[in-house]
Amino acid sequence: MKVGRSPEWVAYGLIAPSVVFLALLFLWPLTETALMAFREPGRGWTAVHLRKMIGDLNFTVSLKNTLLLVAAVVPVQLALALGMASLLDRIPRGRSVFLYIWTVSLGISDLAAGLAWLSILGDRGYFNTILHMAGIVDQPVNWLSYRHPLALFLCIFIAEVWRATAIVLVIVVAGWQLIPREYGEAAEVLGASPWQKFRRVTLPLLKPTVQSALILRTVLAFEVFAVVYALAGRDFPVLVGEAYNWQGAYQNTHVASAYALFILTISIAATFVYLKALRVRRETLS
Amino acid sequence: MSDICVEAIQKAFKGQPVLRSLSLEVKDRELCVLLGPSGCGKTTLLRIIAGLEAADGGSVSIGGSRVDRLPPQRRNLAMVFQNYAVFPHMTIRENIAFGLRMKKAAGDLTEKRVQSAAEMMQIGNLLDRYPGQLSGGQRQRVAVARSLAVEPDVLLMDEPLSNLDALLRLEMRSELKALLKERGVTTIYVTHDQTEALSLADRIAVMHSGGIEQYDRPERIYRYPATVMVGGFIGTPPMNFVSDPALFAGLGASPPDGAVKLGIRPEDLQIDATGLRTRALVVEMLGASLQITARLGDGLIRVSVPAGSPVLSGQEFGLRADGDKCRWYDAGDRLMGEGGPKE
Amino acid sequence: MKRSAERQFWMASALALLWLMPVYAIAVSALSPEADLLAWPKSWLPAALSWETLRFFVQVAGVWDAVINSAIVAALTMVFSIALGAPAGYSLARFHFKGQNLFRMLIVMTRAFPLAILSLPLVTRFISVGLYDTHLGVALVHTALALPFSILVSSSLFMGIPRELEEASWTLGCGKIRSFARIVLPLALPGLAATMIFAFVVSWNEVFAASVLTLNQRTLTAFLFASLEESPLHFRLAGGFFLTVPSLVFIFAVRKYLFSMWGISDK
Repeated sequence: MKVGRSPEWVAYGLIAPSVVFLALLFLWPLTETALMAFREPGRGWTAVHLRKMIGDLNFTVSLKNTLLLVAAVVPVQLALALGMASLLDRIPRGRSVFLYIWTVSLGISDLAAGLAWLSILGDRGYFNTILHMAGIVDQPVNWLSYRHPLALFLCIFIAEVWRATAIVLVIVVAGWQLIPREYGEAAEVLGASPWQKFRRVTLPLLKPTVQSALILRTVLAFEVFAVVYALAGRDFPVLVGEAYNWQGAYQNTHVASAYALFILTISIAATFVYLKALRVRRETLS
Repeated sequence: MSDICVEAIQKAFKGQPVLRSLSLEVKDRELCVLLGPSGCGKTTLLRIIAGLEAADGGSVSIGGSRVDRLPPQRRNLAMVFQNYAVFPHMTIRENIAFGLRMKKAAGDLTEKRVQSAAEMMQIGNLLDRYPGQLSGGQRQRVAVARSLAVEPDVLLMDEPLSNLDALLRLEMRSELKALLKERGVTTIYVTHDQTEALSLADRIAVMHSGGIEQYDRPERIYRYPATVMVGGFIGTPPMNFVSDPALFAGLGASPPDGAVKLGIRPEDLQIDATGLRTRALVVEMLGASLQITARLGDGLIRVSVPAGSPVLSGQEFGLRADGDKCRWYDAGDRLMGEGGPKE
Repeated sequence: MKRSAERQFWMASALALLWLMPVYAIAVSALSPEADLLAWPKSWLPAALSWETLRFFVQVAGVWDAVINSAIVAALTMVFSIALGAPAGYSLARFHFKGQNLFRMLIVMTRAFPLAILSLPLVTRFISVGLYDTHLGVALVHTALALPFSILVSSSLFMGIPRELEEASWTLGCGKIRSFARIVLPLALPGLAATMIFAFVVSWNEVFAASVLTLNQRTLTAFLFASLEESPLHFRLAGGFFLTVPSLVFIFAVRKYLFSMWGISDK
């Protein structure tokens, strides 16, 4: 054996299985989705599925619901995660305990998270009991119904914030740890208040982290599905739910694929918006 | 016989040449130190000899047979790494025995060799501990014991003392020297610390940008630097170089034909009222000696004189060079003349 | 200075309590008898803890099968994602090769991609190759979800093992494969175990692909999801609790590695 013979080939050999696998279960279904959405067996290219999707009664509602939810949830999660990370940075003890508790939802299925909040927000849940104690209601109210659209939205909002802030938090904390403490200390010595320190030093240095957290969270937020179904059933249509219905209930994979493609498109569009809006200049990274 | 013969080794990383057709011969039982500034290619050369890196061209022989096509485990050598590379998940005993196990040595032989290597490095009482429980100095001893236990033809050491603190380094240095002499194993030792090189080596190879500038005994490297680079690298403070011919006479030095630079060690300059007049800029007390930095022509010159010499900062004084100790360099920065007495 | 630190601590504690509320609520719900669950108004502390609701849940036809299905699919996912991911991670950590950054980019991107909805077109294909409604079929899609993490984490694990340890073993007479087995693997094992656990959790929790790709071989999530509309409240809550418990334990076991899964440094 010759020493160091083409170590490149060893490297390629080791990644090859993953590449092939991802090609088969990622790139190929991606292409397939696009084809399905625009083709009909025997009829070639067609926009009929797309038109069917847009013409669908639930399309506008589910699009509106999904967008509103993403627009409400993501900023709150980012703010909350930044707040939590800054608390973690400053508390004297128990860091790892808090970190575990705050990231607990990371391991919980979105379905289970929805059901956990159902036990609080459902008509026989703790929330109604609080309202009862406060004298606001005297009979259980089913807030999780289309008859209370605002309450329903808020309930789903709360459950989503609880469920998925953890992922933003982990990314932010990971980025925060990479910032040398000396920067903050230098700012402190120069007379910056804690808020100024955060605003002028930490946040700018955290920008790449914030960018990737926002991208990841937003893309995943468009996928919101099981939480909503666990809490609201069909009273709060969302895009992925519609894709599921077309696939399962209406047995139309083409329209389901059109939905999937549509979700992918807005996910990618959102990613580009973030990349443009939060452009990180290379020279500011040491 | 396990001499090492490296011939015309070339190596480039990403198009940047690191070793330029380098050749080196190390005799059996000799301790050769590769000395040079960081980035000169000394570690790369060591890794090529070990087989951890493949050269782009050239050959490596150990004991007369080519090894450059063999993987490291079949070159019968041992290496001590800068960060020790003691396996954290094995006890000290398992670490030292590792090489013998890999070579399928008999159990009792292994035990005997482990014991003697551990004793030699004075870590016999630590055999059942894990590396995490040891200090840096002790881990260093484990790394050396592990290398010696396999009784290699060749021992390679990559800056083995550089992670130790100053006092420990001094202690380990003399211990290593005694040990390596006693074992008589052919050794190549990489360092950027010239004191370490001067004290340990049978021969030093001074490396600079991928080539060997000079390969000789320590005294000769010090007394007769083959190039300006070597003189400027070795010695604390390093050799002074004077290139203004107008100053030669004043210092009492007479250049041979073709000489463009005078090299003179700080301790080979004397204070002499009849010498070249100059002014002391800084005078530093260094214990046994005083180091004077003075202006000379457009440049600076460093003079080392016994402590107690009456020179103060800002004072003017005369300077003269010891004629025998003057070294002359040609336009190519190479030492002129035969380079000192033949041995 | 000192007092503000105390205040931060209390704020953090309050937030933590708030954060644990849903877990508490569903645990109490699942451990209360049905009557207590539907009581009005509710009491804050469980009146009486009982296994009644959980026992009922497990005895419903199909639940136990679904649990077994979930466990099998998750175990397969775990094996696949480590078998594919660890070598790729090792390659990223130890070698320099052309296209390395491209590969890393692909992995990081895949991590942020709504992969599950890509199971839609797979239905037809899976039917034609006999993977539809099988453990293997679901596990393959779940592996695609877990693989990016397993690659990134194992790459950071292997990077944390000094190369010199391997080199030292080579010079001591160890071949490359034996060196991997005796030096690298033992040192990487705890981290690899965490990666496997994480893959297990990803699969155990996944709803969409499992629902789309199965019909009779429902995983627990797919089973619960399909029966949301017609099942009584205490069944749903017991199901939610049943889903949650293993995840909590598992995430506790892997908490040290969360950062290499999600951090942006990717180093």
